Amino acid sequence: MKKLDRNQMAARVARDIPEGAVVNLGIGLPTLVANHLPKGREVLLHSENGVLGMGPAPAAGQEDWDLINAGKQAVTLLPGGSFFHHADSFAMMRGGHLDFCVLGAFQVSVKGDLANWHTGAPDAIPAVGGAMDLAIGAKKTFVMMEHLTKGGESKIVPACTYPLTGVGCVSRIYTDLATIDITPQGLRVVDMVEGLSLEELVRLSGVPMQQA
Amino acid sequence: MIDKIVPSVETALAGIADGATVMIGGFGGAGQPAELIDALIEQGARDLVVVNNNAGNGETGLAALLKTGRVRKIICSFPRQADSQIFDGLYRAGKIELELVPQGNLAERIRAAGAGIGAFFTPTGYGTPLADGKETRNIDGRMQVLEYPIHADVALIKAERGDRWGNLTYRMTARNFGPIMAAAAKLTIASVHEIVPLGEMDPEAVVTPGLYVQRVVKVPR
Repeated sequence: MKKLDRNQMAARVARDIPEGAVVNLGIGLPTLVANHLPKGREVLLHSENGVLGMGPAPAAGQEDWDLINAGKQAVTLLPGGSFFHHADSFAMMRGGHLDFCVLGAFQVSVKGDLANWHTGAPDAIPAVGGAMDLAIGAKKTFVMMEHLTKGGESKIVPACTYPLTGVGCVSRIYTDLATIDITPQGLRVVDMVEGLSLEELVRLSGVPMQQA
Repeated sequence: MIDKIVPSVETALAGIADGATVMIGGFGGAGQPAELIDALIEQGARDLVVVNNNAGNGETGLAALLKTGRVRKIICSFPRQADSQIFDGLYRAGKIELELVPQGNLAERIRAAGAGIGAFFTPTGYGTPLADGKETRNIDGRMQVLEYPIHADVALIKAERGDRWGNLTYRMTARNFGPIMAAAAKLTIASVHEIVPLGEMDPEAVVTPGLYVQRVVKVPR
């Protein structure tokens, strides 16, 4: 069995983003998905700080720091792109106008609860940003994360132990081991990396799953 | 004749009282009115409540204001960043109060203040620690949380162009919180890079109509 690397994970997510979709990619790993959308497939990228139709990073030296993404990196605008203020930008999320958002996570529960903003450690300074709005606002919320923590514990859990970002909001999980749907009947495995069996995946995850 | 243009940032910041709630535009550095923040530091008002998306980056702008110790409380969505060391130190030392707000609630609460809305229900944050103690209601089969507006005494915002009536346009993602903060504050002070004669701005493209703005000051780009 060979785990997917970050770019392979991003490519796997990108396969499921169809022509014409309006998508918000979270900070970090999900941002990589943009690099794997096939050329010619028109997908509108939204960023919480008031831009729709975001393009790739500019060439070095061409940065304009009035044009940034949610991660505060310089980006570009595609022809047809638009700018709007923050309340409009979040109305796009909260009003259900985004087709997909892709978020990182610390934990996802078998019921689709998401924990991705705070470890709950007493000395940690909390920061939430737009995660709670995205999680519950997009038509479909995808999570993209490594399957296991560095300590080998499953990040798919019976119930989140970290503070929640949203309740029952995740519809699909992409990990370095598998793609898993969260359904009212439980977790359904859409695909797995080569050489991994369902039994082994269930054993690593510690929660029940069935083949989709 | 209506003329909201003031000659200097010092004039623009005159009269801000101790204890004021001050909204400051910007998302990280984009749209942060650095010259107005510096002038607020010079002006010397203390015991402030600051509303911003972040809690300062590096040592300048909002971070420098926090460093003066004159901010009692900050209302924001994303204080912790790689270069938020000034805030981090104050917070860990118990020298600043933090009200952490999901970013969409922050924007909508500011918008609600400007629009005269008494409160609103939203699903954002339901079931999370940020909704602890708040009233909830099942609306159309979905649990929602009651949120109140955020009003301000003063808004400091950065725009691109302005005229003597206070009409404003912005530049790209530097727009962010500017238009909604302008509406939510009693006194809105806008820095601009260009002042144009009345009538030169395309009325179809004015983003913030002048009635939301009390003072306009030109600053170098």
